[in-house]
Amino acid sequence: MDFWTNKFPEMGRTELRDLKKGIDAGFRSFSRAFGEDLENLFHPLLTFLVWLEKLLLATPWPLIIIIMAALAWLGARSLWIVGGVIVSFLLIGYFGMWEDTMSTLAIISVATSVCVIVGIPLGILMARSDRLQSIITPILDVMQTIPAFVYLIPVVMLLGIGKVPGLISVCIYAIPPIVRLTNLGIRLVDKEALEAADAFGASYRQRLFGVQIPLALPNIFAGVNQTIMMALSMVVIASMIGVAGLGVPVLRAISNQYLALGLMNGLAIVALAIIFDRVSQSYGQRLQRHRQGINHD
Amino acid sequence: MTNSKIQIDHLYKIFGANPQSALPLVKDGISKQDLLEKHGHVLGLNDINIDVPDRCITVIMGLSGSGKSTLIRHINRLIEPTAGRMLVDGHDVLAMSKSQLIDFRRYKASMVFQKFGLHVHRTVAENVAYGLTVQGIRLPKAKKQSHKWLERVGLAGFENHFPAQLSGGMQQRVGLARALATDAEILLMDEAFSALDPLIRTDMQDVLLDLQTELHKTIVFITHDLDEALRIGDKIAILRDGSLIQQGDPQHLIMHPADDYIFDFVKDINRGRVLKVKTIMNAGQTVQGPEIPADMVLEEALQLASGSETRAANIVDSDNSVIGSISLDQIVAGLARPQVDSPSEGQYR
Repeated sequence: MDFWTNKFPEMGRTELRDLKKGIDAGFRSFSRAFGEDLENLFHPLLTFLVWLEKLLLATPWPLIIIIMAALAWLGARSLWIVGGVIVSFLLIGYFGMWEDTMSTLAIISVATSVCVIVGIPLGILMARSDRLQSIITPILDVMQTIPAFVYLIPVVMLLGIGKVPGLISVCIYAIPPIVRLTNLGIRLVDKEALEAADAFGASYRQRLFGVQIPLALPNIFAGVNQTIMMALSMVVIASMIGVAGLGVPVLRAISNQYLALGLMNGLAIVALAIIFDRVSQSYGQRLQRHRQGINHD
Repeated sequence: MTNSKIQIDHLYKIFGANPQSALPLVKDGISKQDLLEKHGHVLGLNDINIDVPDRCITVIMGLSGSGKSTLIRHINRLIEPTAGRMLVDGHDVLAMSKSQLIDFRRYKASMVFQKFGLHVHRTVAENVAYGLTVQGIRLPKAKKQSHKWLERVGLAGFENHFPAQLSGGMQQRVGLARALATDAEILLMDEAFSALDPLIRTDMQDVLLDLQTELHKTIVFITHDLDEALRIGDKIAILRDGSLIQQGDPQHLIMHPADDYIFDFVKDINRGRVLKVKTIMNAGQTVQGPEIPADMVLEEALQLASGSETRAANIVDSDNSVIGSISLDQIVAGLARPQVDSPSEGQYR
């Protein structure tokens, strides 16, 4: 009997080919019809990204280092971290990676801003409705687990190669944590604190901005931190579709077996990651200082 | 008794998938157990009727699961009822529109919570000012306006502390000041002192009674502690399994418990410190002896009466006219825990 042979009763070869062709053709005609509109839609983003990159590159390097050190101080209030920032940037510049680092900095900043602007409201909506949560959660799961190369294909088909498709793929990869943690943070807000707000007649806005978001802020901030980290880890893959930055030399190093080049640029990405992580984490912790019961006697 | 401020009128609350379908069963007198096992609904409140007198402290008492916290949340409609009315000054809270309800909560009734319900991200002063900021007053002005309440509960100097830096008793003072700051006529207190140590609890009861002599708010106070109820309550209502068992004057409750459940509650209290002489006196009779005020508790009257030659005392009301008398034997009998109670014997008036 056929049933016990080791051959799976698969779809006919021609049908399968036609199916794949059909899907490809369908998507191609979709991208022909709407590709340009989409490109126009993302044009302001592109303008902003290009402007920021140019600004970073045109600014004298000592000024950049001073600004970064100042931001680190504002975020972390730690001389150790400020010192680390200065030393890292000096080394990056000394080893000839300044321009690539500035490009990476630009795309990370823009990608993180997009994720925050889209992700936090989405997380708030999710916290409001269980149905929305059950719809969005599996989508986020797919976004986090699907191999990045797979969604690069439709993005490139739609928008071609360049900064915007790179930015979009970075955002697809990096947005889930901020949505998840905003949702979680708001859902975890102390029920009694909320009930008190209700009992005093708080409106929906007063509840949201006066109680829910402030109390969820540490979680939301953990989400921002994760989003930045994930955006940084997409830098190399994004460079495959034409995003300038530290990923480009890494890619070149892989194809040419340049160990030192790959190592240096890789370490520069690590340095950026550590800086962003420490600064945003210690800022998040400072947001929670009211939770500590010090001076208590 | 004074006019009622809040009238709870045939209030029902059933928790479950379809409370309305279970309502007729409850009205027909199905037991809580049967409702849960056969119909999958939980009976929260069963035909509650309570009049809350104006400017008095009404204590709603019951063990955990008796529905008391559910009941108090119906007064400001944090919980929606299944059926019934909640009249405050004659207006049905349960029929209010969303914006009317918000105004009711902002200006008319404020609340104190068992676990304080403070906003940990706000300072003490900001917490106390919270109700005013919700009303739309800017924070600096709200802080200034609410500062006297902060001082009144003894928290001056702690304005810029965060709640986590305070002890439980002090946190509840913040909760109390926050509730007072809106100048609402009605104060809802949900087991407000239950989470505190006994000493702090007594302390907070004093703070509350002290404030009440001055402010005369209508207070609904939830507790599971009979001593607390007797100490602060002008009126006590006792709930069990979502039903109202008995309500009335605390003295009456002690002398005439409606059933064994309430008898079990009251049998272990220190009657000498709770019962007042007017409750057990011989009304209208006079004797030779010292005069004692009607509200004196038995423990104090015992000393006075035993010191007098006739071993008895006259009882005078607040106008200093004699309204009755009491003998030492009566006081001693009053102190003893009653063996059997029969409501017909009561001399309460």
